Amino acid sequence: MIRWLMWIAGGLVMGGVVHLAAIMVLPRTATKDAYARLAALGPVNGFAVLPAPTPQASSVPFMDPAFATAVCRYDLGKGPVKLTVPVSQAYTSVTFYTRYDVAYYAINDRAAGRRSIELDLMTTKQRRDLPEDEEITAADRLIVESPGTTGLIVARAFSPEPSLLPAATATLAAAQCRPL
Amino acid sequence: MRLLIGLLFSFVVAAGIGLGSTWYALTQNLAFGSLSLGAWTAFPRSGTPGIDPYARAAIARSGELPVGLGDGIAFTATEDDDARALDGRCEVTVRGITPPARYFTVTLYTPSGELVANPLGRHGFTSQELVRDPNGAFAIVVSPRARPGDWLPSGAVERYVLMMRFYDTSLGIATRAGREAPMPAVRTENCP
Repeated sequence: MIRWLMWIAGGLVMGGVVHLAAIMVLPRTATKDAYARLAALGPVNGFAVLPAPTPQASSVPFMDPAFATAVCRYDLGKGPVKLTVPVSQAYTSVTFYTRYDVAYYAINDRAAGRRSIELDLMTTKQRRDLPEDEEITAADRLIVESPGTTGLIVARAFSPEPSLLPAATATLAAAQCRPL
Repeated sequence: MRLLIGLLFSFVVAAGIGLGSTWYALTQNLAFGSLSLGAWTAFPRSGTPGIDPYARAAIARSGELPVGLGDGIAFTATEDDDARALDGRCEVTVRGITPPARYFTVTLYTPSGELVANPLGRHGFTSQELVRDPNGAFAIVVSPRARPGDWLPSGAVERYVLMMRFYDTSLGIATRAGREAPMPAVRTENCP
Protein backbone atom coordinates (compact mmCIF):
# COMPACT_ATOMS: atom_id res chain seq x y z
CA MET A 1 0.00 0.00 0.00
CA ILE A 2 2.73 2.43 1.05
CA ARG A 3 4.61 1.46 -2.09
CA TRP A 4 1.68 2.45 -4.30
CA LEU A 5 1.30 5.76 -2.50
CA MET A 6 4.96 6.41 -3.22
CA TRP A 7 4.41 5.69 -6.90
CA ILE A 8 1.40 8.04 -6.95
CA ALA A 9 3.42 10.78 -5.21
CA GLY A 10 6.20 10.31 -7.75
CA GLY A 11 3.64 10.52 -10.55
CA LEU A 12 2.22 13.76 -9.13
CA VAL A 13 5.65 15.38 -8.96
CA MET A 14 6.43 14.31 -12.51
CA GLY A 15 2.97 15.54 -13.56
CA GLY A 16 3.85 18.98 -12.21
CA VAL A 17 7.03 18.97 -14.27
CA VAL A 18 5.09 17.88 -17.37
CA HIS A 19 2.57 20.68 -16.75
CA LEU A 20 5.21 23.42 -16.44
CA ALA A 21 7.15 22.12 -19.43
CA ALA A 22 3.99 22.02 -21.57
CA ILE A 23 3.06 25.61 -20.62
CA MET A 24 6.56 26.90 -21.41
CA VAL A 25 6.96 24.98 -24.67
CA LEU A 26 3.48 25.59 -26.06
CA PRO A 27 4.01 29.14 -27.46
CA ARG A 28 6.99 27.86 -29.48
CA THR A 29 5.16 24.92 -30.97
CA ALA A 30 1.76 26.49 -31.69
CA THR A 31 1.05 26.24 -35.41
CA LYS A 32 -2.08 28.41 -35.46
CA ASP A 33 -0.90 31.37 -33.42
CA ALA A 34 -1.42 34.91 -34.69
CA TYR A 35 1.99 35.07 -36.41
CA ALA A 36 1.31 31.89 -38.36
CA ARG A 37 -2.19 33.05 -39.30
CA LEU A 38 -0.96 36.39 -40.60
CA ALA A 39 2.22 35.11 -42.26
CA ALA A 40 0.33 34.11 -45.40
CA LEU A 41 -1.32 37.50 -45.84
CA GLY A 42 1.46 39.84 -46.78
CA PRO A 43 5.07 40.24 -47.79
CA VAL A 44 7.96 40.58 -45.37
CA ASN A 45 8.68 44.23 -44.48
CA GLY A 46 5.49 45.58 -46.01
CA PHE A 47 2.03 46.38 -44.71
CA ALA A 48 -1.04 44.36 -45.63
CA VAL A 49 -4.49 45.67 -44.70
CA LEU A 50 -6.50 42.89 -43.07
CA PRO A 51 -10.04 42.26 -44.29
CA ALA A 52 -12.67 43.46 -41.81
CA PRO A 53 -13.80 40.60 -39.54
CA THR A 54 -17.12 38.98 -40.44
CA PRO A 55 -19.07 36.18 -38.70
CA GLN A 56 -17.72 33.80 -41.35
CA ALA A 57 -14.07 34.73 -41.24
CA SER A 58 -11.63 36.84 -39.29
CA SER A 59 -7.87 36.90 -39.65
CA VAL A 60 -7.36 36.42 -35.91
CA PRO A 61 -10.00 35.79 -33.22
CA PHE A 62 -11.39 38.68 -31.13
CA MET A 63 -10.64 41.38 -33.73
CA ASP A 64 -12.30 44.69 -32.90
CA PRO A 65 -14.72 45.39 -35.80
CA ALA A 66 -14.58 49.14 -35.07
CA PHE A 67 -10.97 49.23 -36.24
CA ALA A 68 -9.23 48.99 -39.58
CA THR A 69 -6.12 46.84 -39.13
CA ALA A 70 -2.90 46.58 -41.11
CA VAL A 71 -0.07 44.16 -40.36
CA CYS A 72 3.61 44.28 -41.26
CA ARG A 73 5.65 41.13 -40.74
CA TYR A 74 9.15 42.44 -40.18
CA ASP A 75 12.55 40.85 -40.50
CA LEU A 76 15.50 42.83 -39.19
CA GLY A 77 18.01 40.27 -40.45
CA LYS A 78 19.26 42.61 -43.20
CA GLY A 79 19.01 45.84 -41.22
CA PRO A 80 16.63 48.16 -39.34
CA VAL A 81 13.12 48.93 -40.56
CA LYS A 82 11.56 52.37 -40.90
CA LEU A 83 7.92 52.65 -40.02
CA THR A 84 5.49 55.37 -41.12
CA VAL A 85 1.83 55.19 -40.20
CA PRO A 86 -0.40 58.15 -41.11
CA VAL A 87 -2.74 59.23 -38.33
CA SER A 88 -6.46 58.87 -38.99
CA GLN A 89 -9.09 61.34 -37.82
CA ALA A 90 -10.17 59.55 -34.67
CA TYR A 91 -7.50 57.36 -33.13
CA THR A 92 -4.55 55.43 -34.45
CA SER A 93 -2.22 53.07 -32.63
CA VAL A 94 0.75 50.88 -33.48
CA THR A 95 1.57 47.76 -31.46
CA PHE A 96 4.74 45.69 -31.79
CA TYR A 97 4.63 41.95 -31.22
CA THR A 98 7.47 39.45 -31.04
CA ARG A 99 7.51 36.32 -33.20
CA TYR A 100 5.64 34.65 -30.32
CA ASP A 101 2.86 37.26 -30.11
CA VAL A 102 4.09 39.09 -27.00
CA ALA A 103 3.14 42.77 -27.22
CA TYR A 104 6.40 44.49 -26.25
CA TYR A 105 5.64 48.04 -27.24
CA ALA A 106 2.59 50.10 -28.16
CA ILE A 107 2.23 53.73 -29.09
CA ASN A 108 -0.79 55.84 -30.07
CA ASP A 109 -1.24 59.03 -32.01
CA ARG A 110 -1.27 61.20 -28.91
CA ALA A 111 2.13 59.96 -27.80
CA ALA A 112 3.51 60.28 -31.31
CA GLY A 113 1.87 63.56 -32.26
CA ARG A 114 2.21 65.26 -35.67
CA ARG A 115 0.41 63.83 -38.65
CA SER A 116 1.97 60.42 -38.69
CA ILE A 117 3.58 57.92 -36.35
CA GLU A 118 7.18 57.57 -37.47
CA LEU A 119 9.83 55.42 -35.89
CA ASP A 120 12.75 53.13 -36.53
CA LEU A 121 12.74 49.52 -35.44
CA MET A 122 16.03 47.75 -34.83
CA THR A 123 17.62 45.08 -32.70
CA THR A 124 19.70 45.99 -29.67
CA LYS A 125 22.87 45.16 -31.60
CA GLN A 126 21.90 47.32 -34.60
CA ARG A 127 21.26 50.21 -32.25
CA ARG A 128 24.68 49.78 -30.64
CA ASP A 129 26.25 49.77 -34.10
CA LEU A 130 24.72 53.15 -35.02
CA PRO A 131 27.49 55.70 -35.75
CA GLU A 132 28.06 58.15 -32.90
CA ASP A 133 26.98 61.28 -34.77
CA GLU A 134 23.78 59.61 -35.84
CA GLU A 135 23.03 58.97 -32.22
CA ILE A 136 22.71 62.73 -31.75
CA THR A 137 20.12 63.14 -34.46
CA ALA A 138 18.49 60.04 -33.02
CA ALA A 139 17.33 62.23 -30.14
CA ASP A 140 14.44 63.53 -32.19
CA ARG A 141 13.89 60.28 -33.94
CA LEU A 142 12.03 57.56 -32.14
CA ILE A 143 13.84 54.23 -31.95
CA VAL A 144 12.18 51.02 -30.82
CA GLU A 145 14.30 48.01 -29.96
CA SER A 146 12.98 44.63 -31.03
CA PRO A 147 13.77 41.68 -28.75
CA GLY A 148 14.25 39.43 -31.79
CA THR A 149 14.85 39.78 -35.51
CA THR A 150 11.30 38.88 -36.54
CA GLY A 151 7.85 39.85 -35.35
CA LEU A 152 4.69 41.75 -36.22
CA ILE A 153 3.81 45.43 -36.37
CA VAL A 154 0.06 45.97 -36.14
CA ALA A 155 -1.39 49.38 -37.02
CA ARG A 156 -5.00 50.08 -36.02
CA ALA A 157 -7.18 53.00 -37.06
CA PHE A 158 -10.44 53.62 -35.24
CA SER A 159 -13.74 54.39 -36.94
CA PRO A 160 -16.22 55.84 -34.42
CA GLU A 161 -19.12 54.70 -36.60
CA PRO A 162 -19.34 52.04 -39.33
CA SER A 163 -19.65 54.60 -42.13
CA LEU A 164 -16.15 55.90 -41.34
CA LEU A 165 -14.47 52.51 -41.66
CA PRO A 166 -13.54 52.97 -45.35
CA ALA A 167 -11.75 56.23 -44.48
CA ALA A 168 -9.83 54.54 -41.66
CA THR A 169 -8.89 51.68 -44.00
CA ALA A 170 -7.73 54.16 -46.65
CA THR A 171 -5.50 55.86 -44.08
CA LEU A 172 -3.81 52.58 -43.23
CA ALA A 173 -3.33 51.71 -46.88
CA ALA A 174 -0.67 54.45 -46.92
CA ALA A 175 1.25 52.92 -44.00
CA GLN A 176 4.79 51.85 -44.77
CA CYS A 177 7.37 49.62 -43.17
CA ARG A 178 10.54 49.13 -45.18
CA PRO A 179 14.26 48.68 -44.74
CA LEU A 180 15.99 51.85 -43.59
CA MET B 1 8.62 -6.67 -12.41
CA ARG B 2 6.94 -4.85 -9.57
CA LEU B 3 9.28 -1.95 -10.12
CA LEU B 4 8.37 -1.79 -13.79
CA ILE B 5 4.64 -1.81 -13.10
CA GLY B 6 5.09 0.88 -10.45
CA LEU B 7 7.16 3.02 -12.78
CA LEU B 8 4.65 2.67 -15.60
CA PHE B 9 1.85 3.51 -13.20
CA SER B 10 3.52 6.71 -12.05
CA PHE B 11 4.24 7.69 -15.66
CA VAL B 12 0.54 7.33 -16.45
CA VAL B 13 -0.31 9.46 -13.41
CA ALA B 14 2.29 12.06 -14.49
CA ALA B 15 0.98 12.28 -18.04
CA GLY B 16 -2.63 12.44 -16.88
CA ILE B 17 -2.02 15.11 -14.25
CA GLY B 18 0.42 17.11 -16.34
CA LEU B 19 -1.53 17.31 -19.57
CA GLY B 20 -4.91 17.44 -17.84
CA SER B 21 -3.90 20.41 -15.73
CA THR B 22 -2.34 22.13 -18.75
CA TRP B 23 -5.54 21.72 -20.74
CA TYR B 24 -7.58 22.98 -17.78
CA ALA B 25 -5.35 26.01 -17.26
CA LEU B 26 -5.61 27.00 -20.93
CA THR B 27 -9.35 26.52 -21.36
CA GLN B 28 -10.27 28.16 -18.06
CA ASN B 29 -8.20 31.24 -18.90
CA LEU B 30 -6.05 30.93 -15.80
CA ALA B 31 -3.52 33.74 -15.69
CA PHE B 32 -1.99 35.83 -12.95
CA GLY B 33 -2.51 39.51 -12.31
CA SER B 34 -6.15 39.73 -13.32
CA LEU B 35 -8.15 42.89 -12.72
CA SER B 36 -11.78 42.04 -11.90
CA LEU B 37 -14.42 44.76 -11.76
CA GLY B 38 -17.93 43.36 -11.36
CA ALA B 39 -18.56 40.94 -14.20
CA TRP B 40 -15.52 42.24 -16.13
CA THR B 41 -12.03 40.81 -16.07
CA ALA B 42 -8.88 42.15 -17.69
CA PHE B 43 -5.29 40.98 -17.75
CA PRO B 44 -3.30 44.22 -18.02
CA ARG B 45 0.03 42.37 -18.10
CA SER B 46 -1.00 40.43 -21.19
CA GLY B 47 -0.26 43.54 -23.23
CA THR B 48 3.32 43.89 -21.94
CA PRO B 49 6.58 41.93 -22.15
CA GLY B 50 5.82 40.93 -18.54
CA ILE B 51 3.02 38.61 -19.71
CA ASP B 52 2.91 35.47 -17.58
CA PRO B 53 3.53 32.02 -19.11
CA TYR B 54 -0.09 30.93 -18.72
CA ALA B 55 -1.46 33.92 -20.60
CA ARG B 56 1.22 33.43 -23.26
CA ALA B 57 0.27 29.81 -23.76
CA ALA B 58 -3.44 30.69 -23.90
CA ILE B 59 -2.78 33.37 -26.54
CA ALA B 60 -0.62 31.03 -28.62
CA ARG B 61 -3.41 28.48 -28.51
CA SER B 62 -6.26 30.84 -29.44
CA GLY B 63 -4.26 32.81 -32.03
CA GLU B 64 -5.40 36.24 -30.87
CA LEU B 65 -3.27 39.38 -30.62
CA PRO B 66 -3.56 40.94 -27.16
CA VAL B 67 -4.13 44.71 -26.95
CA GLY B 68 -0.80 46.38 -26.08
CA LEU B 69 -0.84 48.31 -22.83
CA GLY B 70 0.23 51.58 -24.50
CA ASP B 71 -2.79 51.20 -26.77
CA GLY B 72 -5.53 50.19 -24.37
CA ILE B 73 -6.97 47.48 -22.19
CA ALA B 74 -9.53 44.74 -22.89
CA PHE B 75 -12.15 43.57 -20.39
CA THR B 76 -14.09 40.35 -20.93
CA ALA B 77 -17.39 39.23 -19.42
CA THR B 78 -18.70 35.69 -19.76
CA GLU B 79 -21.15 35.89 -16.85
CA ASP B 80 -23.50 38.54 -15.48
CA ASP B 81 -23.15 40.18 -12.07
CA ASP B 82 -24.89 37.22 -10.42
CA ALA B 83 -22.38 34.78 -11.95
CA ARG B 84 -24.96 33.46 -14.41
CA ALA B 85 -23.49 32.53 -17.79
CA LEU B 86 -24.41 34.96 -20.58
CA ASP B 87 -27.12 33.35 -22.68
CA GLY B 88 -28.01 34.66 -26.14
CA ARG B 89 -31.63 33.60 -25.73
CA CYS B 90 -32.10 35.94 -22.75
CA GLU B 91 -32.33 39.69 -22.48
CA VAL B 92 -29.17 41.05 -20.88
CA THR B 93 -28.58 44.73 -20.13
CA VAL B 94 -25.20 46.41 -19.82
CA ARG B 95 -25.88 49.62 -17.97
CA GLY B 96 -23.77 52.25 -16.30
CA ILE B 97 -20.77 54.49 -16.72
CA THR B 98 -17.22 53.66 -17.70
CA PRO B 99 -13.72 54.59 -16.59
CA PRO B 100 -12.17 57.55 -18.41
CA ALA B 101 -10.84 56.71 -21.87
CA ARG B 102 -10.60 58.51 -25.18
CA TYR B 103 -12.71 55.84 -26.84
CA PHE B 104 -14.15 52.50 -25.92
CA THR B 105 -15.88 49.72 -27.82
CA VAL B 106 -18.29 46.98 -26.73
CA THR B 107 -18.29 43.86 -28.91
CA LEU B 108 -20.13 40.55 -28.81
CA TYR B 109 -18.26 37.36 -29.76
CA THR B 110 -18.79 33.64 -29.65
CA PRO B 111 -16.58 32.02 -26.98
CA SER B 112 -14.00 31.21 -29.67
CA GLY B 113 -13.74 34.83 -30.80
CA GLU B 114 -15.91 35.05 -33.92
CA LEU B 115 -18.57 37.65 -34.51
CA VAL B 116 -22.19 36.52 -34.37
CA ALA B 117 -24.19 36.72 -37.60
CA ASN B 118 -27.31 38.89 -37.52
CA PRO B 119 -29.42 40.62 -40.18
CA LEU B 120 -28.41 44.07 -38.97
CA GLY B 121 -24.72 43.37 -39.32
CA ARG B 122 -24.23 44.91 -35.89
CA HIS B 123 -21.56 43.37 -33.71
CA GLY B 124 -20.92 46.08 -31.16
CA PHE B 125 -20.96 49.75 -30.29
CA THR B 126 -18.32 52.41 -30.02
CA SER B 127 -18.42 55.07 -27.32
CA GLN B 128 -19.48 57.59 -30.00
CA GLU B 129 -22.59 55.67 -31.00
CA LEU B 130 -24.16 55.11 -27.58
CA VAL B 131 -27.06 57.19 -26.30
CA ARG B 132 -26.37 58.63 -22.83
CA ASP B 133 -28.66 59.85 -20.09
CA PRO B 134 -27.86 63.19 -18.34
CA ASN B 135 -25.48 61.39 -15.96
CA GLY B 136 -23.47 59.99 -18.84
CA ALA B 137 -24.75 56.46 -18.31
CA PHE B 138 -25.70 54.24 -21.22
CA ALA B 139 -27.78 51.06 -21.48
CA ILE B 140 -27.15 48.37 -24.07
CA VAL B 141 -29.69 45.59 -24.43
CA VAL B 142 -28.31 42.28 -25.68
CA SER B 143 -31.19 40.12 -26.84
CA PRO B 144 -32.25 37.90 -29.74
CA ARG B 145 -35.18 40.18 -30.72
CA ALA B 146 -35.13 43.87 -31.54
CA ARG B 147 -35.38 46.32 -28.65
CA PRO B 148 -35.70 50.12 -28.61
CA GLY B 149 -32.53 52.04 -27.80
CA ASP B 150 -29.07 50.55 -28.15
CA TRP B 151 -29.84 47.00 -29.14
CA LEU B 152 -27.05 44.48 -29.64
CA PRO B 153 -28.40 41.37 -31.42
CA SER B 154 -27.29 38.15 -29.71
CA GLY B 155 -28.33 35.95 -32.64
CA ALA B 156 -29.83 33.60 -30.02
CA VAL B 157 -26.48 31.82 -29.58
CA GLU B 158 -26.27 29.74 -26.45
CA ARG B 159 -23.11 31.28 -25.06
CA TYR B 160 -21.36 34.52 -25.89
CA VAL B 161 -18.63 36.78 -24.62
CA LEU B 162 -18.83 40.53 -24.21
CA MET B 163 -15.63 42.48 -24.65
CA MET B 164 -15.12 46.10 -23.60
CA ARG B 165 -11.95 47.68 -24.88
CA PHE B 166 -10.74 51.06 -23.65
CA TYR B 167 -8.30 52.96 -25.82
CA ASP B 168 -5.90 55.66 -24.70
CA THR B 169 -6.77 55.26 -21.04
CA SER B 170 -5.04 55.50 -17.69
CA LEU B 171 -6.43 52.08 -16.73
CA GLY B 172 -3.66 49.54 -16.39
CA ILE B 173 -1.47 47.54 -14.10
CA ALA B 174 -1.75 50.14 -11.33
CA THR B 175 -5.58 50.05 -11.32
CA ARG B 176 -6.77 48.25 -8.20
CA ALA B 177 -10.36 48.93 -7.27
CA GLY B 178 -13.74 49.76 -8.73
CA ARG B 179 -13.76 53.27 -7.29
CA GLU B 180 -11.30 54.57 -9.85
CA ALA B 181 -12.77 52.37 -12.58
CA PRO B 182 -16.57 52.17 -12.53
CA MET B 183 -17.61 49.42 -14.94
CA PRO B 184 -21.18 48.99 -16.21
CA ALA B 185 -23.41 46.41 -14.53
CA VAL B 186 -24.36 43.28 -16.48
CA ARG B 187 -27.81 41.91 -15.62
CA THR B 188 -29.91 39.13 -17.05
CA GLU B 189 -33.43 40.56 -17.01
CA ASN B 190 -35.66 38.36 -19.03
CA CYS B 191 -35.09 34.72 -19.75
CA PRO B 192 -37.60 32.57 -21.64
